[in-house]
Amino acid sequence: MPIHDQGYQRYGGLRVGPGRAWQVITRAGIESFVARRAFLGLLLLSWTPFLAGAVQVYLSSSFEQAAFLAPNNKTYWDFLERQGSFAFLITVWVGAGLIADDRRANALSLYLSKPLTVTDYVVGKLAILLLLLAAVIWAPAMALLIVQSAFAGSLEFVRTHVSLVPAITVYSLLAMGLSSLTMLALSSLSSSSRFVGTMYAGVIFFSQAITRVLASATGMPVWNHLSPLGALDRVGQSIFGLDGAGQPGLWPAMALLLALVVSSAAVLRWRVRGIEVVA
Amino acid sequence: MNTEAPPHQTPTVPPGAVAPVVACEGVSVSYGSHCALNNVSLAFPAGAVGLLGPNGAGKSSLIKAVLGLVTPAAGRMTVLGRDVAADPMGVRARIGYMPEHDAHIPGMTAVRFVAYCGELAGLPRTSAMQRAHEVLFYVGLGEARYRSVDTYSTGMKQRIKLAQALVHDPDLLLLDEPTNGLDPRGRDDMLGLIADLAHRKGVNLVLSSHLLPDVEATCRHVVVMHQGAVAAAGPMATLLDQQGHLYELRIKGDGAAFAAALRAAGVECHDTEETTWRVTVPRSVAGADDASADGPDAGVQWLCAVAVREGVQVRHVRASMHSLEDVFARVVGGER
Repeated sequence: MPIHDQGYQRYGGLRVGPGRAWQVITRAGIESFVARRAFLGLLLLSWTPFLAGAVQVYLSSSFEQAAFLAPNNKTYWDFLERQGSFAFLITVWVGAGLIADDRRANALSLYLSKPLTVTDYVVGKLAILLLLLAAVIWAPAMALLIVQSAFAGSLEFVRTHVSLVPAITVYSLLAMGLSSLTMLALSSLSSSSRFVGTMYAGVIFFSQAITRVLASATGMPVWNHLSPLGALDRVGQSIFGLDGAGQPGLWPAMALLLALVVSSAAVLRWRVRGIEVVA
Repeated sequence: MNTEAPPHQTPTVPPGAVAPVVACEGVSVSYGSHCALNNVSLAFPAGAVGLLGPNGAGKSSLIKAVLGLVTPAAGRMTVLGRDVAADPMGVRARIGYMPEHDAHIPGMTAVRFVAYCGELAGLPRTSAMQRAHEVLFYVGLGEARYRSVDTYSTGMKQRIKLAQALVHDPDLLLLDEPTNGLDPRGRDDMLGLIADLAHRKGVNLVLSSHLLPDVEATCRHVVVMHQGAVAAAGPMATLLDQQGHLYELRIKGDGAAFAAALRAAGVECHDTEETTWRVTVPRSVAGADDASADGPDAGVQWLCAVAVREGVQVRHVRASMHSLEDVFARVVGGER
């Protein structure tokens, strides 16, 4: 008899019931990206605006001559807009291969032969992108708010701008959710992550260029809000209370965002399944 | 954390009865207008079961229905005593599936991939990693377990597919063409693993294959599917025995008239060369179903009598063995 039998052994330990597979998918996905130095570098780089903001907050709270630098709602809105470029890079890098790579390697049949549902799979993949985007959108904005209160030595600013915390959170969730869902839907359409990344960039930039041309050609500024980025900006301004009275385009922008969410969900439902049906 | 005891115990069955591992009652599956399974009723007993059939016979659809990946339009399926429609997650937790095509999760080392599959199947993280090491050694990938799966050869990919199907210690293994793309040695190794699992480790398995020798080497029970229905099913020994006695004959004379006489008597025969024939003599024809008669000898005597009647010389006659190929050819008409 061998000292250590390396033959097949039955397993007699505990098993976890179904329902937590999405957490396994999310954790493995995040671990795989965080293990890459280049990705960590990008994450660190995305926090440089936070450092600049922290310096601004420090100067405004420490020196009267720099009081004009004191932050307000607009400061935070501008900060979140700047984070948008990092969010775009993270979305393309992380999101493009989330489902496309699984399709390329026929991994869907493996996933869906395990005790997990299509919803578990999609939620697990979605959460990877959501959490990494939260690290470049929501987390630095909230950190800046905490730093500001710390430098001021009181919560006076938060009290006087009581809508700021929910505004940052709601806008961040909207931006993160929309980017994640749209990218995940595109990723499910192809087995090439490069193609998906290019397609996402194309949709974002091309739609914005087209709507700007239409707005200037027709003289109707509402067109500016009918691209994904334009609509997100318009809704974001409304959330931060920066839209002037009578500024048009809020409802069309919200309708566009809703349509994007619904169509992305429909694409995912259509494309993510354990079998390829060839009728 | 939601935990439960390992579900190894077989469901309660009446004393004396052996519960089938998979039971289908009137199952029909359609993809649009194409009917993949048509009112299929069958039971897979415990142990190793070979699932045979030509392309498009419905083997993969049956496996996908067992996994709950397709919903039957009609009928009911139970796996290990659980209703697939009512509890697909519970069923999948007890099944290991090795797909036919290349399938892995990109960007992972072998041990990480297998452990990940174990976690997805419900093992705690530490146990999944421990099991991953064990099963990788078992399938012969122990030395390559820290390599990325993306760099594996075809044979290694087949082995790691088996490892990911085994990691959570399933009660039922579904193996879809497990020897595809393997060289002769790799094929022998894979069949050895399958036989070991089925016959020494007590794992129930369904081996879907179009390679009849693979099924002959590992399975004791066979289901042959054809055009979405079950064409034959039963223990291999019974299926082979039902055929009657097989002889190889070499004759001189009017072969066509001899064959016509045999067929008129209800005997299957076909020529393998110009003068060589494979003839299956049913027991009833040769009188070999009589317990007092020596079966094969009775068949030879009957064949010689027919040859004399037709004026044909029998130059050589030899009793032969039926193979699964003969069964397959009979029930699906030689289509592969």
